[in-house]
Amino acid sequence: MARDTHAPPAHGHRTSMGLDSRKMAFWAFIGSECLLFGSLISTYLVYKGRSLVGPYPHEILNIPFTSFSTFDLLMSSLAMVLALAAIQRGDMKQGKLWLLVTALLGLVFLGGQFWEFSHFVHEGLGLTTNLFGSTFYVLTGTHGAHVTVGVIWLLTLWVQALRGKLGPANALTVEITGLYWHFVDVVWIVIFTVVYLIQ
Amino acid sequence: MTEQAHATTGTYLRVAAILVMITLIEVGVFYVPAFQGVLVPVLLVLSAVKFTLVVMFYMHLKFDSRFFTFLFGGPLLLALAVMIGLLFIFYGTVRLRTGS
Amino acid sequence: MKSWLTTTDHKRIGLLYFWTAFVFFLIGGVEALFIRAQLARPENQLVSAETFNQLFTMHGTTMVFLALMPLSAAFFNYIIPLQIGARDVAFPRLNAFSYWVFLLGGLFLNASFIAGPLFGADRLSVAPDAGWFGYANLTSRQFSPGPNVDFWLLGLQILGIASLAAGFNFIVTILNMRAPGMRMLRLPVFTWMTLVTQFLVITAFPVITVALVLLMFDRFFGTHFFLPQGGGDPILWQHLFWMFGHPEVYILILPAMGIVSEVLPTFSKKPLFGYTVVVYSGVLIGFLGWSVWSHHMFSTGLGPIADSVFAGTTMLIAIPTGVKIFNWIGTLWGGQIRFTTSLLFAVGFIAMFIIGGLSGVTHASAPSDLQQTDTYYVVAHIHYVLFGGTILGLFAGMYYWWPKMTGRMLSETLGKWHFWLTMIGMNLAFFPMHFSGLLGMPRRIYTYSPELGVAGYNLASTIGAFTIAVATLIFLVNLLRTRGRPINAPANPWGGATLEWAIPSPPPVYNFTVIPTVESRLPLWQTERHAPMTPLPERPPAPIHVPGGSWWPMITAMGMPIMAIGAIAHLLPVVIAGALVVVVGIYRWAYEPFEM
Repeated sequence: MARDTHAPPAHGHRTSMGLDSRKMAFWAFIGSECLLFGSLISTYLVYKGRSLVGPYPHEILNIPFTSFSTFDLLMSSLAMVLALAAIQRGDMKQGKLWLLVTALLGLVFLGGQFWEFSHFVHEGLGLTTNLFGSTFYVLTGTHGAHVTVGVIWLLTLWVQALRGKLGPANALTVEITGLYWHFVDVVWIVIFTVVYLIQ
Repeated sequence: MTEQAHATTGTYLRVAAILVMITLIEVGVFYVPAFQGVLVPVLLVLSAVKFTLVVMFYMHLKFDSRFFTFLFGGPLLLALAVMIGLLFIFYGTVRLRTGS
Repeated sequence: MKSWLTTTDHKRIGLLYFWTAFVFFLIGGVEALFIRAQLARPENQLVSAETFNQLFTMHGTTMVFLALMPLSAAFFNYIIPLQIGARDVAFPRLNAFSYWVFLLGGLFLNASFIAGPLFGADRLSVAPDAGWFGYANLTSRQFSPGPNVDFWLLGLQILGIASLAAGFNFIVTILNMRAPGMRMLRLPVFTWMTLVTQFLVITAFPVITVALVLLMFDRFFGTHFFLPQGGGDPILWQHLFWMFGHPEVYILILPAMGIVSEVLPTFSKKPLFGYTVVVYSGVLIGFLGWSVWSHHMFSTGLGPIADSVFAGTTMLIAIPTGVKIFNWIGTLWGGQIRFTTSLLFAVGFIAMFIIGGLSGVTHASAPSDLQQTDTYYVVAHIHYVLFGGTILGLFAGMYYWWPKMTGRMLSETLGKWHFWLTMIGMNLAFFPMHFSGLLGMPRRIYTYSPELGVAGYNLASTIGAFTIAVATLIFLVNLLRTRGRPINAPANPWGGATLEWAIPSPPPVYNFTVIPTVESRLPLWQTERHAPMTPLPERPPAPIHVPGGSWWPMITAMGMPIMAIGAIAHLLPVVIAGALVVVVGIYRWAYEPFEM
């Protein structure tokens, strides 16, 4: 049976589904976030091609640069999952390292977003220039805000680890951080395809 | 946590390699003019594969309780259905209004 | 007092929700009375058009978000853990957080009534005035230049967070905190309906969050999401709003349906007829509720295909609703009925909801809706389903569960007066609206010409509204009278079947001395296959750990209105300060030792 349903609830309290409550709550939250980003992406798609003035997507989107951002975020997910695996088996040295790498890769992504946004503004695409600008900045900005929260979260965990307060016993916290981080990555996969590649 | 039926570091690395490869293919398909006709479906399928790999393996959904799949999958399908419905309404209406 | 500010006990939080929501209900009612006073006669000059716009906007917004939803939440909080055999909800501090955010959001929204001078307005009140569904582009900065709509959109954002947090909390609670043996198909129907409702909350609220963010960007930062001059489409607002708004009305009705499903069996001394069917119908209603949103938009030129599709889905949703009604009637049929006030309200619910459902079905047909939409016919429909439905259902719950929550019995005599005056009042108020609507009286107008021929109907409605007010005052007296009384309610005054009746009224802080093992759907009743549950011991066998309170939920919640005030005053430092309060609050919350 390929299913691992036996992760015991964190505090030893019996639960009626045998699942950890915090993990369940977090998956429900991620489900809810699908509707949040779905609405933003829908707005982007509904207004695609309806800008009254330029710049238009094909004039300004930089695929090579954004591919690098995508690659960066994918690698950060790998780092996250390696961090979790290390912490689960008690290897805190590796755990700390990979947590930091994940956060740094996230910062690189954010740096790239900042650079991209300022470049676009310089090229004449502001928030209020046209529908493309409005929908693009609100969608990718919301995503970027989520990444920022994630980076802060990861660095908080890293600091906890440095103080010796993180270990296999609270690996669930790291797992939930991972769920958040991977979800943010997965939303980017959708954005990269729908906004950048499908013009 | 049981160790059987659980992804190993090797799996994670393999998934990462596949993700990178798919991304390269996506970018390639984007740039090759011959593929323009099938660009959209190909990209949608490829990104769906990436999405699924991250969710199943990195988010461990393949090995966790099927209930978590429901908690995530339900709203995800809902979001997709609503998005498609909205696009039909907007672009369908345009066709009807312009009579084309 | 301090213990109420830091409480994480679901029972106390439930009581906080109840009283806060009831006060907002009274405020919303006063707003309605002003509306009805203005409309009592044609060409009346009691209030100006602008004031009238604020009145109906705040009446709708208050009733939906500050009264009906939180009154339901009062029961989610108090009753659900008891019904599932738990000591509290899954996340008690998050629960407290939801309450404080609700209170602060409601205060922020209502502060608009006296905030005019702060914005240099020429009147005291800058309350929201663009309707409870805030259609674009009336809500644009161009057509709504003042802070009114800003209060609305910021207030709703705050309230949305409260609802979302509670949604996650109750989903996990209902699924993961059930007592041994409490299988899903043994859950009380009220708990089931709450579960479906919370799934609707966590999927629908993100959509309105996005809509409000886009509106905020249009109003604050100059975008054109809903503005034609920039290529935007006001219709997109309607889509996004109703994608939230339609599930929202099921969020409003399902809990009340759950309450009715509890009350009818108790006072018929008969199990609910067709429990499984009722549960599945509720799930189906929740699911189908997502497929009908554009039936609010039949007059916007969607085209025949979209119109037909949404008309079809809307008619479809009448089926599981009708099924439930037949099952409720089947429950009463052949039962040993006791006509307590609670039962009267539950039966009243069925009758009034049928009427509201019928007018709803007439809306489902796009051609007939074209005449009804935006007229008083719709106002009739919504009040039959929301007052005749949700509010009557909530009253049934109040009379049913008040003894459990407070240990005191409500007066049945005052209750009967409350019930009959409410029934007379509500029908007098809302039935004539079917006619005035079909005769062409539009919604949201502050006055009308005598030539329209609807003056008589309007006067009747006004008399009905004031009758409701008297009835509600009687109820308030009934409630307040019990506060001075000694505790006189037994554990199970009604002979109910579900777990909440197995413990004292009011329950001890830990709820159950021993968590029961459940063997049937009706643990306290003798059924064909099960004897009643053995009574729980009077004292717990070992000391039960009760988590203490926490300041952090309330403190974190306070950051939200601070951010909103900063936004509405265009003061970025205040927004940042509010955000910092939230962040610090979250960190302290996360590191606080708190063991369930």
